[in-house]
Amino acid sequence: MDNVFTNRLRKKNFSLPEAYGSQFVKRVFQRKDMLFALAALLLFAGLSIFAPLLSPYDPNAIDLKNKNLNPSEEHLLGTDYLGRDLLSRILIGARTSLSIASGVVLISLFLGTATGCAAGYYGGFVDESISRVTDIFLSFPSVIFALTIMGALGAGVFNLMLALSIVHWAKYARMMRGQVLSIKKQEFVLSAITGGAGDFYIIRKHIVPNAIATLFVLATIDFGHVILSIATLSFLGIGLPADVPEWGAMLSAGKEFMRTAPYQTIFPGLAITFIVIIFSILGDGMRDILDPNHEGGEID
Amino acid sequence: MKYFIKRVGFMALTIFAVCALTFFLMNVIPGGTAKLVLKHTFVGLEESVTDEQLNQISDKYDLDAPLYLQFFRWIKEAVFRGDIGTSYVFKKPVLYLLALRLPATIQLAVMSMLIAILTGVSLGIYSAIRENKISDHILRIVTLFGVSMPGFWVALLLILIFSLRLKLVPVTGYGSLENLLLPAAALSLHSVAAVMRVTRTSMLETLGQEYIRFAKAKGLPLWKIVSRHALKNAMLPVITVIGFQMGSLLGGAVVIEKIFAWPGIGSLLVDSISARDLPVVQGCVLAIVMMFLFVHFLVDMLYTHLDPRIRYG
Repeated sequence: MDNVFTNRLRKKNFSLPEAYGSQFVKRVFQRKDMLFALAALLLFAGLSIFAPLLSPYDPNAIDLKNKNLNPSEEHLLGTDYLGRDLLSRILIGARTSLSIASGVVLISLFLGTATGCAAGYYGGFVDESISRVTDIFLSFPSVIFALTIMGALGAGVFNLMLALSIVHWAKYARMMRGQVLSIKKQEFVLSAITGGAGDFYIIRKHIVPNAIATLFVLATIDFGHVILSIATLSFLGIGLPADVPEWGAMLSAGKEFMRTAPYQTIFPGLAITFIVIIFSILGDGMRDILDPNHEGGEID
Repeated sequence: MKYFIKRVGFMALTIFAVCALTFFLMNVIPGGTAKLVLKHTFVGLEESVTDEQLNQISDKYDLDAPLYLQFFRWIKEAVFRGDIGTSYVFKKPVLYLLALRLPATIQLAVMSMLIAILTGVSLGIYSAIRENKISDHILRIVTLFGVSMPGFWVALLLILIFSLRLKLVPVTGYGSLENLLLPAAALSLHSVAAVMRVTRTSMLETLGQEYIRFAKAKGLPLWKIVSRHALKNAMLPVITVIGFQMGSLLGGAVVIEKIFAWPGIGSLLVDSISARDLPVVQGCVLAIVMMFLFVHFLVDMLYTHLDPRIRYG
């Protein structure tokens, strides 16, 4: 469909990357902000993997005698309304967010790459129908869409992953389609076609490897968005079951005690903000390296 | 003109698809709609419901018909009689409920958009003019936080600081400008940051053009160069982003309305999802999508008007 937004999105398909492989890694190491973000991400990932070992308390242990405590030596970040240790819950919460977000990004990346590839490579009717569907998916607010799906499916880790993937795949499909269209015209693909290579071979050997870097940039930027969506849905109480430690749900529980125990509304939010900042620094940096001339606009 | 018709056609298609999607999604729930209706009629007495009552409800709302027939009936009613269903919970027409809630949401969205455009554009220009100076760096870090902080957390922090600590504004309420300030500020923060980022980049690009250098050489003062020559050309990408931001704004409004007990469509949507009041959910989604498409359409037309290359491109 020819409208300003889709046209602009198509224009945003980055030109073929200048920096690849070792070159790419080298440029990442030249940028201090990205190094910092990378180190912070590794730290977060490490914390979430080793959360059960690191957390001082059982994140689900209820201790009503010590509820709504302010930070102290015993409870570094205080306790929540059931006396559960906030630090332990935030550490385990990192696990919840990171694992669900990874799932969502992987599923959308896979779905989007496959459909976008089919649309761009085969063109004609296939392209027409896939593009129309992606247009429709992209033309309404993602949170509203995810909310409605969750309303139908009910809370749950798997349902949340499914709902967010349904919402997010279309972005990848559109970008992949644009990538395929530009790669298809390159000489090496033409020569492969002339040489009699099969469709699947060309897609696997030529198209996907050349398009994947750009898609990874999108995935990195998207990772932050997905974490925000997870937190938003849990905050509204329609994301995860109540017993799963999650930052958004913790904020939602903590807001009831804002007057007396404001720490509960501060720390989980800080955790969300930091992880999202990390992904936005990484994503923006990768985009700068791959495509120094981009416009800096944001696609939501 | 052809472009215009195509755009309207796409909008109609999208609205139809959204209706179909929500309708079928909402009806895949196990348990059946009839039970749901009864549950809201006899709260607390769900156990005593007889099969006869279930059948009555099924007949009344015609729930035994295949789903696609139900959908087409819904569409027919909606298009020809403007009737998009009746709430199970409130027992009132959905359209009436939406009309009641719409002004609050529009108020909030327009206010936030205004804040986003005014502060975003001016800070973006300032940041571009002071490129790589300390104030530019500080503003860029602020935008990084702005796009990364969850809106609902910002809302909670604002309540914590301005309502509970400083006691400047009430936490909830609706009607006066005082009540609108905190929700609009919380909702607009993300958009402010996004608009500012794009303005900065686009302004920098424009300021590097030949004609700007010529204007500088001519000895024009900076403010004149920016306001007379650069601003108009730098605004095109900003307009696009404003269109995109409308989506995240309407999405964000759902949470913000819930926190501030703002009587808009967003809070109605969340409550209806929790109560499984399907016709209302459907109505809310429809209303939000239509608002979103309408704004996109406006921005699109504005853009085509400002940049004729698109019409002929």
